[in-house]
Amino acid sequence: MSLLSVEDLVVRHGLLQAVRGVTFSIERGETLALVGANGAGKTTLLRAIAGAHQATSGRVVFDGADLSGVPSHERVRKGVALVPEGRRLFVQMTVEENLLLGRTAGRPGDWSVERVLETFPNLKPRRHAKAGHLSGGEQQATAIGRALMSNPDLLLLDEVSLGLSPLVVDRVYASLQGLISSGTTIVLVEQDLNRALSVSNKVICMLEGRVALAGDSKNVSRDEVTKAYFGLHRKAAGGVPA
Amino acid sequence: MTNQIVQGILLGGYYALIACGLSFMFSVMRIINLAHGSLAILSAFALWLLASRFHISPFLGLAIVLPLMAVIGWALQRFLLERSARGGALLPILTTFGLAIVIDNVLFEQFGADTRSLAPFIGSLSYDSWEWPGSIYVGKLAVIIFVTAVVLLGGLQLFLTRTGLGRSIRATSEDPDTAGLVGVDARRANALAAAIAMVTVGLAGAFLGMRATFDPYAGATQLLFAFEAAVIGGAGSLWGTLVGGIVLALAQTLGAKIHPQGFLIGGHVAFLIVLFIRLSTSGIGLRGLLHLPTGKTP
Repeated sequence: MSLLSVEDLVVRHGLLQAVRGVTFSIERGETLALVGANGAGKTTLLRAIAGAHQATSGRVVFDGADLSGVPSHERVRKGVALVPEGRRLFVQMTVEENLLLGRTAGRPGDWSVERVLETFPNLKPRRHAKAGHLSGGEQQATAIGRALMSNPDLLLLDEVSLGLSPLVVDRVYASLQGLISSGTTIVLVEQDLNRALSVSNKVICMLEGRVALAGDSKNVSRDEVTKAYFGLHRKAAGGVPA
Repeated sequence: MTNQIVQGILLGGYYALIACGLSFMFSVMRIINLAHGSLAILSAFALWLLASRFHISPFLGLAIVLPLMAVIGWALQRFLLERSARGGALLPILTTFGLAIVIDNVLFEQFGADTRSLAPFIGSLSYDSWEWPGSIYVGKLAVIIFVTAVVLLGGLQLFLTRTGLGRSIRATSEDPDTAGLVGVDARRANALAAAIAMVTVGLAGAFLGMRATFDPYAGATQLLFAFEAAVIGGAGSLWGTLVGGIVLALAQTLGAKIHPQGFLIGGHVAFLIVLFIRLSTSGIGLRGLLHLPTGKTP
């Protein structure tokens, strides 16, 4: 049984249909990269899985349970955690307080403040600093750490490299590599195609709210993804065009 | 003069107590509760009823009234404020204004226009005092109210910073959508905050009833004091509320010393000066507040 199944999902922003009948599934321990141009519907799809946007139709099934109508805080309790685009930290609170908030769901597991600080050593000296005073890399690490503190079965990462310097992105991805190796199931939205393909098992390229290409990362070439990215894809050997 | 400063500081404790709930609700839910004063009077009447009909001391009566106020706060948030907040920022203000009118008139209907006090039910506490060096007499009740205010504000501060529930409330006040994404039930956090605010309102109503008289329409005056203290202290800041209460009380005491009718005027003047300074330093300015053209050419 898949850990996450998205079935014919449609999500609207008012009159705009941001996600149009997306279907995919992901097994436990896999890493799925969602790529696509700005406005392709990646963030909306991720937020709909996390419960931040209500789907117009279709289903999100997580660990066998239909999440339709389940509010976002209940989804965290069920094991879905989102690292939102732009980090969305509680800037008036310290790093430690932000991390402790991740424990609100009360899910049992190994993640603790100490473990997060070991995973992201750059946060150690900033433990009692206000989140609003952190650098971009430190904020991203805090946002990922906060999500991990809920001991999720599924981690949704939305553009973790956005606005960060290449050096900091390398550092964040080095930490993520550890999570992936430990078997954490991840859905990752990423603009950097090379990085997305290198860390994931599966890749989905979205275009105008639809799946333009889906396949195993190792079987899909960069050229195929690029074509799907710009809507030039017709048929490819490695991937399955939608 | 020293005596008046001491009395002013102690009175500031009461103002901090009544402003605390208003400030707390504003900082967490961004709601200005215009029924705040009326709810304090409701609490005072509930304690008066328990004392006069059932001979329950107002201090013991708090064990009944405060949980009741918490339930009222919870229900108010879940069934009234939460729904009205969906209609924009103005609707909750109008809703609580309407609620204040309803509470005032229900109290009038039930208890009539007579003024009441809880003072007869607390023995000599309402007029007992200690003599301090320099022939300064401080009322025992005034000291109890001040200490209660400090303990309450300190307790709330600890609750908000050291407990998971407190962190959930702070997270909800900062960003309710993201709070949901980390597992916080924002509706529950808001309802809990409203319940806490109503407990502080209940306590303020009890002390109002012990130190003075009240009638069904006394809520508006208490709301005004709470509002002024909260704004002077910087709405949303707990310790600022204590400072605001003290500044308001000192200004009133000073006003009373200058002119027999200067008590209220002194407080209003302090409030307006602080409001003017805040508007000037925030960059909004009076022109911005009144939506007047700035006079600058493009």
